[in-house]
Amino acid sequence: MNTAYEKIINDLAPKKFSWRGKIWVAFLVAVVLVGLYSYVQQIRYGLVITGMRDYALWGIYISNFVFFVAVSLVGSLITAILRLSDVHWSTPLTRIAEIIAVAAIIMAGIAIILDMGRPDRVINLFLHGRLQSPIIWDVVVISTYLVLSVLFLYYPLLPDFTILSKYFDNNTRLNKWYRVLSLNWTGNEKQTKIYSRSIKVLSVLIIPVAFAIHTVTAWLFETTYRPGWDSTNFGPYFVAGAFVAGSSAVIVVMYILRKMYKLENYITDHHFDLMGKILVMLSLLYLYFNINEYLMPIYKSTEEEATHLRSLFTGEYAWLFWVVIIGGLVIPVIIMVFRGGRKPFPLFIVSLTVMVCAWWKRYLIVIPTLSHPFLPIQGVPESWHHYKPTWMEWSITFATLAMAMLIITFLVRFLPIVPIQETAEERGLIEGHQTQHS
Amino acid sequence: MEKEKNSNQKSRRNFVEQGLKFGLLTAASGALLAKVFGRSENPESAETVELMSTDGTLMQVPASAVSHTHESKSAYNPREGFPNRKFVMVVDLAKCRNAKKCQSSCNKNHYITGENAWIKIYKMQDSEKSAPYWQPTLCQHCDEPACVKVCPVDATFKRRDGIVLIDNNRCIGCRFCMAACPYSVRVFNWSDPWQGEAVEQAEYSPDYAGVPSQKGTVDKCDFCPHMIDKGELPHCVSACPNDVFSFGDMYEDTVTNGSGQSFKLSKLLKDRAGYRLMESLGTEPSVYYLPPSDRIVDFEEGLKNYTEFQSVDKPQEP
Repeated sequence: MNTAYEKIINDLAPKKFSWRGKIWVAFLVAVVLVGLYSYVQQIRYGLVITGMRDYALWGIYISNFVFFVAVSLVGSLITAILRLSDVHWSTPLTRIAEIIAVAAIIMAGIAIILDMGRPDRVINLFLHGRLQSPIIWDVVVISTYLVLSVLFLYYPLLPDFTILSKYFDNNTRLNKWYRVLSLNWTGNEKQTKIYSRSIKVLSVLIIPVAFAIHTVTAWLFETTYRPGWDSTNFGPYFVAGAFVAGSSAVIVVMYILRKMYKLENYITDHHFDLMGKILVMLSLLYLYFNINEYLMPIYKSTEEEATHLRSLFTGEYAWLFWVVIIGGLVIPVIIMVFRGGRKPFPLFIVSLTVMVCAWWKRYLIVIPTLSHPFLPIQGVPESWHHYKPTWMEWSITFATLAMAMLIITFLVRFLPIVPIQETAEERGLIEGHQTQHS
Repeated sequence: MEKEKNSNQKSRRNFVEQGLKFGLLTAASGALLAKVFGRSENPESAETVELMSTDGTLMQVPASAVSHTHESKSAYNPREGFPNRKFVMVVDLAKCRNAKKCQSSCNKNHYITGENAWIKIYKMQDSEKSAPYWQPTLCQHCDEPACVKVCPVDATFKRRDGIVLIDNNRCIGCRFCMAACPYSVRVFNWSDPWQGEAVEQAEYSPDYAGVPSQKGTVDKCDFCPHMIDKGELPHCVSACPNDVFSFGDMYEDTVTNGSGQSFKLSKLLKDRAGYRLMESLGTEPSVYYLPPSDRIVDFEEGLKNYTEFQSVDKPQEP
């Protein structure tokens, strides 16, 4: 054992929460509890506690669900696509990406149940499921993706768990847990062979499933006739947008973790530089799909499409629309094109903006379309003509976001944020897959 | 569960048998609607009954044969629907003056306590220079229903008699059907409907929507199978003072209005240039509209009844 290797283990082994960490957890728990209170009210009184009504029949629960599905796609991008292309610089980011993916896909599943009028009948999806319904497709692909993501987080952890169980040999509880979780990983030839093959198979499998989860989510809208959703562009448009949302989330999380855990030696400025470049490329791709999505319908301006698009370009959603497009895509691209814009702090701020705008972008996809049905809105109270989320609806939505961050926080507490074994290998401190006998 | 399945199978078999009888009868005697809706007297002593066939000729049919139709009712299953029927409605826009009796009757008989009626009379104007008109709009009972297509749990379903219904005991409240419906006819129970004890305790069946309604599930016009079953017209049809609505069976090519007058459906649609809403979407609705030409009253007369923001009267305690 050399000292450099021990230093890596020392640096990367999970650490107890600092006082700041404890406050952070307490804050998140408080947000979740407020949301829980609102949800109990929702169960009691029905969805009447939300701002949704017969015309605005879906609201921020659904746009928030779409956001979670979008963010979860990043796991496949950073880990699978880059891994298969034999890109090694992303190794320290793979775990962060997978943790985000797992947290987001769990919350996507919960977010969709929050929107249901009868969550007590969720079992009907299995008892009476119709394969013809896009919702069943979503149930199938999202649960598949959840399993694959958990495995994809777990498998690469096996060597690290063995390392950690040794590292925590004075702490019997942690020692035992890590040993159990490591599935008796010793790094022998047979294990290594299965290990690398499984990860390769998972990397290949997870890519089509990742594309499927967001394409199917796009189809939830695209299978209707409504202007604004009736677009053949929707699948790829959603997938491209998902990569933008997910990569910005990774940048935000990696900046915070690097700062909190002083990981400057592992997550370097160079990583930020490269992630910035990736985000530029993805944002440009997403802009391209946006142009396709908006320019062609407004060029033709059929009556229904024009009504919808006018509400986005110059009407009641114009303010939000242009902030999201210009502030959330165009300006970030311009900033990140410059080297200075890809330095950790500026990139963190830019990514945070991109991520918040990505959330609102889903709002703009879901809500405006519903206020322009084919037949005019008549015979309902005036307040039903416009959608305005209630505070309870917001508190439930914030609770889901807080839950996602809570999952990330707890995974970070007990898992090495940066893969120990792979980092040591890449630095040539140990031989490939020979943890035990170096 | 098992028992239910058995009885379902049995009743399905009954259906096939009854259906065959029914079909033969239809082929032989033509329009049964005259019997069911036409309020024709059934001469108890006479051996034959006069019926009108699909091509409009009158013919004598043995009374004993007609009585078979009543037996088939016992085999009626709300998910399957009436065998060998295809219900249609014709809405004559030339006669509508926004009296809203259809709406209030529907609201009352389906115990609607929400704020969005299942039948709404839209103030329509197709283009700036054309005349405005009143358009009563209810569930179109499409033959290619977008709502049924997307339902994840088979809670909303299409019956063989053309009626689209909702099983409120199964609906999970995802509202995908509402998003899919281009006619905006579906209504959600955002809160507890509070319909009163009598309705809430009533035994639920999908073919009488609203009895009772359930929080967190979707409701809509059901074409009143509970009235058809009794041999009566849907509530809106009989409530209309202007005979705007006619209801009937496409296989018999006959529709009957609230005053009991029957029309040959194909002739009516041809003569009056009948059309369906948003034909281009391919939803194949079962509701036909007759254009608002040669109107019996001015459009303006309906304006006094028009309330943009209300379609259901606030519930009053009896």
